[in-house]
Amino acid sequence: MALKKVKGNFERMFDKNLTDLVRGIRNNKDNEAKYISTCIEEIKQELRQDNISVKCNAVAKLTYIQMLGYDISWAGFNIIEVMSSSRFTCKRIGYLAASQCFHPDSELLMLTTNMIRKDLNSQNQYDAGVALSGLSCFISPDLSRDLANDIMTLMSSTKPYLRMKAVLMMYKVFLRYPEALRPAFPKLKEKLEDPDPGVQSAAVNVICELARKNPKNYLPLAPIFFKLMTTSTNNWMLIKIIKLFGALTPLEPRLGKKLIEPLTNLIHSTSAMSLLYECINTVIAVLISISSGMPNHSASIQLCVQKLRILIEDSDQNLKYLGLLAMSKILKTHPKSVQAHKDLILACLDDKDESIRLRALDLLYGMVSKKNLMEIVKRLLGHMERAEGSAYRDELLYKVIEICGQSSYLYVTNFEWYLTVLVELIQLEAGSRHGRLIAEQLLDVAIRVPVVRQFAVNEMTNLLDTFTVSAQSNSMYEVLYAAAWIVGEFAGELEDAERTLNILLRPRQLPGHIQGVYVQNVIKLFARLATSCLELQDLSGIVRLCDHVLDKLQHFNGSSDIEVQERASSACMLIEMLRSQLTATATVTATATATLTDESSMAMETAESGIPTLAIEIVQEMTLLFAGELIPVAPKAQRKVPLPDGLDLDEWINAPPPEDNPSSSSSEHDKEELFVSAAQAAAGTGAGHDAGHAGAGKRRKSLELTPEQMERQRLARLIEQSNNPHYLKSTNASASASGGGASNADQYDNIDDIPITELPLDMDGVAALRVGVTKRSDKYLQDQQAAAALQGGGDGKDGKKKHKKSKKSKKAKNKVAYNSSSESEGEPKPLHIVNTTLDMPEGVSLSDSEDKDGKYDPNDPHRALDIELDIADFEAPAASSRSTSKKSKEGKENLKVPAEAAANSTAKKEKKKDKDKSREHKRERKAPTQPVVVDLIDADTPTPSPKHAPAAANANDNANASSNSFSTSTTVLPDATSAEHHKQHKKKRNKEKSKESAAAAASAAAASGSIIEVEDDASTLVASKTHKKKHKKEKSRRKEKQEESESTTAAADYEQPLGISTPSKEIF
Amino acid sequence: MIKAILVFNNHGKPRLSKFYQYFDENLQQQIIKETFQLVSKRDDNVCNFLEGGSLIGGSDYKLIYRHYATLYFVFCVDSSESELGILDLIQVFVETLDKCFENVCELDLIFHADAVHHILSELVMGGMVLQTNMNDIMARIEEQNKIVKQEAGISAAPARAVSAVKSMNIPQQIKDIKLPDLPQAIKDLKF
Repeated sequence: MALKKVKGNFERMFDKNLTDLVRGIRNNKDNEAKYISTCIEEIKQELRQDNISVKCNAVAKLTYIQMLGYDISWAGFNIIEVMSSSRFTCKRIGYLAASQCFHPDSELLMLTTNMIRKDLNSQNQYDAGVALSGLSCFISPDLSRDLANDIMTLMSSTKPYLRMKAVLMMYKVFLRYPEALRPAFPKLKEKLEDPDPGVQSAAVNVICELARKNPKNYLPLAPIFFKLMTTSTNNWMLIKIIKLFGALTPLEPRLGKKLIEPLTNLIHSTSAMSLLYECINTVIAVLISISSGMPNHSASIQLCVQKLRILIEDSDQNLKYLGLLAMSKILKTHPKSVQAHKDLILACLDDKDESIRLRALDLLYGMVSKKNLMEIVKRLLGHMERAEGSAYRDELLYKVIEICGQSSYLYVTNFEWYLTVLVELIQLEAGSRHGRLIAEQLLDVAIRVPVVRQFAVNEMTNLLDTFTVSAQSNSMYEVLYAAAWIVGEFAGELEDAERTLNILLRPRQLPGHIQGVYVQNVIKLFARLATSCLELQDLSGIVRLCDHVLDKLQHFNGSSDIEVQERASSACMLIEMLRSQLTATATVTATATATLTDESSMAMETAESGIPTLAIEIVQEMTLLFAGELIPVAPKAQRKVPLPDGLDLDEWINAPPPEDNPSSSSSEHDKEELFVSAAQAAAGTGAGHDAGHAGAGKRRKSLELTPEQMERQRLARLIEQSNNPHYLKSTNASASASGGGASNADQYDNIDDIPITELPLDMDGVAALRVGVTKRSDKYLQDQQAAAALQGGGDGKDGKKKHKKSKKSKKAKNKVAYNSSSESEGEPKPLHIVNTTLDMPEGVSLSDSEDKDGKYDPNDPHRALDIELDIADFEAPAASSRSTSKKSKEGKENLKVPAEAAANSTAKKEKKKDKDKSREHKRERKAPTQPVVVDLIDADTPTPSPKHAPAAANANDNANASSNSFSTSTTVLPDATSAEHHKQHKKKRNKEKSKESAAAAASAAAASGSIIEVEDDASTLVASKTHKKKHKKEKSRRKEKQEESESTTAAADYEQPLGISTPSKEIF
Repeated sequence: MIKAILVFNNHGKPRLSKFYQYFDENLQQQIIKETFQLVSKRDDNVCNFLEGGSLIGGSDYKLIYRHYATLYFVFCVDSSESELGILDLIQVFVETLDKCFENVCELDLIFHADAVHHILSELVMGGMVLQTNMNDIMARIEEQNKIVKQEAGISAAPARAVSAVKSMNIPQQIKDIKLPDLPQAIKDLKF
């Protein structure tokens, strides 16, 4: 045996150990993969040996290889072998490997149950500790079930180290095996009052994690936590508790009222920034949950904002970031107090740190006003041009739209400017994700702001003309949807509808849904042009138009998108109908005029005045199709439409046919019909071929063709051919058509050119659009500034464009524009009116909350942990502590004390008044809240904080003596409490001072004490640092020799000390 | 909860990876790579919080990191952790490493990855903060090291001797031998 052992050790000497492996990998940088695969082969060899030390060495190497991304689960069994070794060294390596590569679904875990149980119950606390650490990474539901009891026993171990680990472990057990929560909870709760601070902290940690997902079940624990909060000095724990309270307050407003006082005290007293920050966060949460009923909650808000300002102004970027983060929470409920710091937040927009800029952007929507909107947007656009990374640009784009669009464009005074900005955003090609958003904005503005429509349609025409769909898969092409719709819907505003029509008809590669809108709006434009032709009695114009559109629509007809195809073919049919009516008369008049050659022009006119009434009717019908104003519909409107009486959606509209033979025969009959029609269709296509319509749509159309239609089409085609100068026509046909067609043909000839040569374009605008040298939107800003300057001199020149707002927007204004009184005078007057009427059913408001379904992940293990816990017995210790405190107080003080205290306090006050007035003032204002604090969560179960113990006890006595007298006592108390408070405050300040000086010393020495022991560590740290510096040199010299100094170039780099002793931006 | 702790160098080479939620090895490497890309392009004077990272986390998760000389220490945490608290935890971790390795540098982490894991397991367990008091942490680590030493005892002596010989790196030592600079010595000779 001994011999074997010696032999094993001897062999081991020549195996590679972990250091050799690492060194080898570093020496084989070029063929690392190959080297590692040979190493894995060696490891496999080693794992086959009996010697546990060899195996252990192999597993240690595997753990390292795993980090480099190699799968080592094949060695699972060997890892378990090493874990089961009786030696701590091996066990630790085994558990480490297991924690890195096992996971809850590993099947091998079945084998480990008993081994782990043995380790948990080991005499050596580190065996159990290592087992717990490992287990926490790979525990499975089965293991949780089997080991829950063992871990629970460890929770009451005599060793705090194990208690602490077991408490944390229980959380993992709960996640995998929720049934364990109920039996284990009483013990967990006990640990909240464990003598060891580490265990206490662990218990708080676990309960916080549990309560984060299911806060309401842990509400009854609030008194215990409150006590911990007011007594503990462990900042880690305090942070956790305060975070927990932040989650609990929304459920229980009374808790919030109770919290404000101690939290503000902490904010004043703590020197740890992390604690300060969490306190502010929770105070904000409290203030959000209790919107009213606090007499001095504006003071708390003020305090928070002030402290946050200090954070934001700090040179430490981390504090700046967090300050902005917290500000955004305040902004939601108390925008006014944040707006006071507008300057600061706007300054952060230019910060070099992207994270900070993003946070500042979040706050921006609360910072804009009518006055500064243009300027801010200009700045953001500038950022967008410079920004790298599409995510940030997307975010910027989104924010621009958000701040402009908020509360129905409250701050947008000039919508021409806004549309220009939107177009510029499109041209920046920044937003890969937000194409649809811009499209929605364009539609919304065009619909809601009638005045700007004319500007909009021309702008959109340009956009349609110039926009090129880039190959990148961004969604910006969505704006074409909006642009096409706008030019079609508001065709009446167009200066040159024909040009727009041509742009729309241009063949382009676009997604189906956009092409569909194109076709639809081509009809709208067509209807508008046809009407104008009718008004001019221009028959040939209409015919020309029809032919042109019909020709171009063929392109859409051949689309592969079914929607486009359908729309295009129905549009074709509609226009063809009109066309046939027109040509019928045209040919008639043409033949008529052929005889009267001399007075052809005269005849033409008479003929044109005689446009067939049917054609006029068709045009009128078409325009009617698109007549009428569209009103924006609220997104939720549809949902809120009540179900009409008597409508039963489950009821049959037509009773189902009786299921017997007749029905089957009828269905057969249907089938037959289907076949027949299919056959007819086949025949139709045969005929359709003759008709020779290009495009894939012909099959569908040919179905509907009757002989008469075909004849008409043939005629139409002939005329089209005759009109086409490029078509070699037979002399006969030309003779028949020449009279009417000659002039037409000429005109038709240039139809492609006319609109393009005659572009009534604002060439400046286009140039700017394409080149983007100067921003067009800047023009508006300059205008605005000029106007402002004018106003300064002449005061209010533009009375014309009055600020007319609907009632709703006024209301919104009252809500949002707090600073209107001060700023409204200087504010630019809005040039445009926003139509804010929304189509909404009665009794529905936009602010109605949505159903919050799907908020929780169904796989979230915490759902199973939503277990109502029986925490009622928790009142017991709280109650007992109350009674004891009461007793002790009763011994000392009687009911007369308050009066004496009041007398005392007045005397003291007079003395101190000259000392610090402001402080006094604050206290006095706070005093009235004291009774509220005393009132605590429940009048029955107050757990007075030690600081206010005397006062609280008094109040309690009073309250107990007669519940009625409580109200009177509150009137007496304030003075007493304020005096009491004053004393303590003074004491505390002294303490603070000493603390602060200690902290200052610490920071001066660049020591970074952990939060936990600022005071204790401060001095020792300073000492240790200086000490360290002394022997640093010596050590480095030693290292030079010692270290197997790699001859690689990077070696020097690696040996660079991590330099924690260099001054770091430390907070504590 | 802490979801992952990653330590990698300025070139993105992993020096320690600890995931408290299971990802397979490929995904782990992708996460390390992605995190490195996110973190490495940030200046040293910007804030130490980072949102995003598409593979790990989601909206509730943040990356909190510190950069020491050649190493990045990155903690991926959810909203239940205090941001500044975690920054401090990183500091505690690094200071503990500094104490254990005596003026720690990247080479220590490279050659003693297992030891770093053992140290980390005294700070964080299963994604929850276990202990933040450095003295307690050091005490635990030293006690465990003592056990390991006891177990190794005499039987490990030959192995240790061999590894000492292996680490001697004779060529380097030959290089390091300083011979007097002869030409200089000759010049210095004064008659």
